[in-house]
Amino acid sequence: MNFLDLIWLIPLFPAMGFAINGLFGKRMSKTAVGVIACGAVLISFVFSAGAFAQLLQLEPEHRSHTVKLYEWMNAGLAHTKGGVASFSVDWGFLLDPLSAVMILVVTGIGFLIHVYSTGYMHEEDGFYRFFAYLNLFMFSMLMLVLGNNYLMMFVGWEGVGLCSYLLIGYYFHKKSAGDAAKKAFVVNRVGDWGFSIGIMLIFVTFGTLEFTRVSEAVREGITAGRFHVSDPLLIGIALALFVGATGKSAQIPLFTWLPDAMEGPTPVSALIHAATMVTAGVYMVARSNFIYQMAPQAMTAVAVIGALTAFFAASIGLVQNDIKRVLAYSTVSQLGYMFLALGVGAFAAGIFHLMTHAFFKALLFLGSGSVIHALHHEQDMRRMGALKNRIPTTFKTMFVGTLAIAGAPPLAGFFSKDEILWKAFSSSQGHVILWLMGAAVAGMTAFYMFRLLFMTFFGESRVDHHTEQHIHESPKSMTVPLIVLAIGAVVSGWIGIPVWLGGTNAFEHFLEPVFEPLPIPRAPEAEYSHVAEAGMAGVAVIVALIGFGLAYSKYCKRSWEERREVAQYGAAYPVLLNKYYVDELYDALFVNRAKDTGTGLWRFDAKVVDGAVNFSASATVGSAVGSGWWDRWIVDGLVRFIGGFIKTVSWPIRLIQTGYVQNYALVMILGVLIFIGYVWWGNP
Amino acid sequence: MVPIYHYLLLSVALFTIGVIGVLTRRNIMIILMSIELMMNAVNINLIAFSNRLQQVTGQVFAIFVITVAAAEAAVGLGIVIAMFKNKETMNINEIDLMKW
Repeated sequence: MNFLDLIWLIPLFPAMGFAINGLFGKRMSKTAVGVIACGAVLISFVFSAGAFAQLLQLEPEHRSHTVKLYEWMNAGLAHTKGGVASFSVDWGFLLDPLSAVMILVVTGIGFLIHVYSTGYMHEEDGFYRFFAYLNLFMFSMLMLVLGNNYLMMFVGWEGVGLCSYLLIGYYFHKKSAGDAAKKAFVVNRVGDWGFSIGIMLIFVTFGTLEFTRVSEAVREGITAGRFHVSDPLLIGIALALFVGATGKSAQIPLFTWLPDAMEGPTPVSALIHAATMVTAGVYMVARSNFIYQMAPQAMTAVAVIGALTAFFAASIGLVQNDIKRVLAYSTVSQLGYMFLALGVGAFAAGIFHLMTHAFFKALLFLGSGSVIHALHHEQDMRRMGALKNRIPTTFKTMFVGTLAIAGAPPLAGFFSKDEILWKAFSSSQGHVILWLMGAAVAGMTAFYMFRLLFMTFFGESRVDHHTEQHIHESPKSMTVPLIVLAIGAVVSGWIGIPVWLGGTNAFEHFLEPVFEPLPIPRAPEAEYSHVAEAGMAGVAVIVALIGFGLAYSKYCKRSWEERREVAQYGAAYPVLLNKYYVDELYDALFVNRAKDTGTGLWRFDAKVVDGAVNFSASATVGSAVGSGWWDRWIVDGLVRFIGGFIKTVSWPIRLIQTGYVQNYALVMILGVLIFIGYVWWGNP
Repeated sequence: MVPIYHYLLLSVALFTIGVIGVLTRRNIMIILMSIELMMNAVNINLIAFSNRLQQVTGQVFAIFVITVAAAEAAVGLGIVIAMFKNKETMNINEIDLMKW
């Protein structure tokens, strides 16, 4: 079977699962719904793995396979920068190393989370609805990563946004869930505005939307001298695309929706808001690397935003008490890492971290879901503790996940994170400040993750008495995905072992065809020895160890106490707990302003528009009263006068009509007698 | 041979009795019978002249009148019965809907 030509089927299976579950799920058993949903994703995974294997067999320079189904739209000719071009978009799918990695991550982790969900959501209402949305999400996400042009990517982009909205608002009877869904949707719209501007600019500049052709156009433009580095137009495109990425991938300034998105069910947080959808922005920037390479200023912006986001989100995560919110800020922070990598030109390192992060963050979310499941929907870590022996499988897998994200060698997070930190320092676009921030984030990450682990599983139990008696380990359908993901969190980093550790950096070489450097002049890369690289990695590990040590002394040796925790941060505590008041700031700057505008418009509507309507209504009523009077007294009066006049005049005549038959007969006979008399005597 | 005056006088007498019956009686049945009387007066007239002029036309007319009278009696009695069912009276003065 030639899987390469069948990649268009990969998104189609979940779409069919969505159609079946969405249309008929209500009447099907939960088992059937679960089997269809998981089965669809499993088939997609098999096809993805097959396509990946066949892609590996090709020569590295030929690893780009396009399948065009048919032309989607052809809007005719348009003026572009390079002359007249036809605006035509295909339903085309592109498989290259980048999208191959993405589909494997999406379908593989997606499948595990689907299986987990069958256990986690078993008691919920609307089971079929959940899986229909989840499958729709898989379809959209696969369209996003497999599309061969920006418009198809945009279709998937909007599709995942919709599914994110639907699934955050899954418990729609809760107001907070509805608000969070709305917030996610509106904030993402801001980003999508940037993305769509970027797409339009790309067409106007290059006359096509296909990735491969845009890439070629850039290369040809450089040779022909049409484009040069730091071209304002290219910087504009790169920044517009990055605005879209900040929305979807929750970067400053549009990150506020992601923590609120934790209102959705935990598998959704794992799949959409940690492992896959939020990495769409990273994927999109990496996909557009040929544009970003031409716009170093935009790349600096990406790197700075990424580092700042990583730092701020991690610092907020230090004091959060909701187990899922800690993980949410951790996700924002790790996404910041990925953008930091992209911004310093280490596209492969960003994608590498995307992949390893998908494993351990999905694992951590699913683990937290298992904890929440065991404690009957308790999410507050202040009411947890000492669960280590009560739910051992969950504890062990989460421990692995924590080690992985904290960067403990030789787990996945160690390799990907150190690659990013090293590139932030060594790349010609990197800077020592970026490295310092990244290293500080590594320490904070270790601290808050071990704080989470200690508060949840160690110390004294703060679980209330009633729940305490019902703590139970989750069913097999939930623990098995945890175990598989834990294995992934350990081994997934091994495909990118750097050279200084005796590896080959295989992952980076695999992605090289996609991230091929453009033929442009660039600052010379400084030469560093492997010792320096090893030293940097050592520093990062030591920083993480310090973070672990602090967490151990504060949350494990002595059990958590709120008073002590508040005191140790001093004045910073309320600022961190309230997330730097960013939500309040946005409320004051944008949300309330929008509401005020709305109120103002409502007032205008109520006063002016309604006033005009009401005035014309009362004017109509007034004139109607006038014309009614005229009608009643003048027109009707005339008619009634004539009628009455005739009635009055004719009253003597009608008295003849007595109604007595014999009267009439008498008159007839008299008439006859008159006739006879006339004939008898009158005729001369 | 009986002169024609005799027939005509009988006819006039019968007709006058009929007219007076129609005009003065209050019972619808009696009025109907008076009308029959008037028609038969006409019949006598017709036959008398037919005999006198030795033409059969008058007799044919008499047969027609009898036929029409039979039909009229059927219709008239039908009306009377329908009226009685509605009004439960035979008094012509109580049936006075044909006024202004």
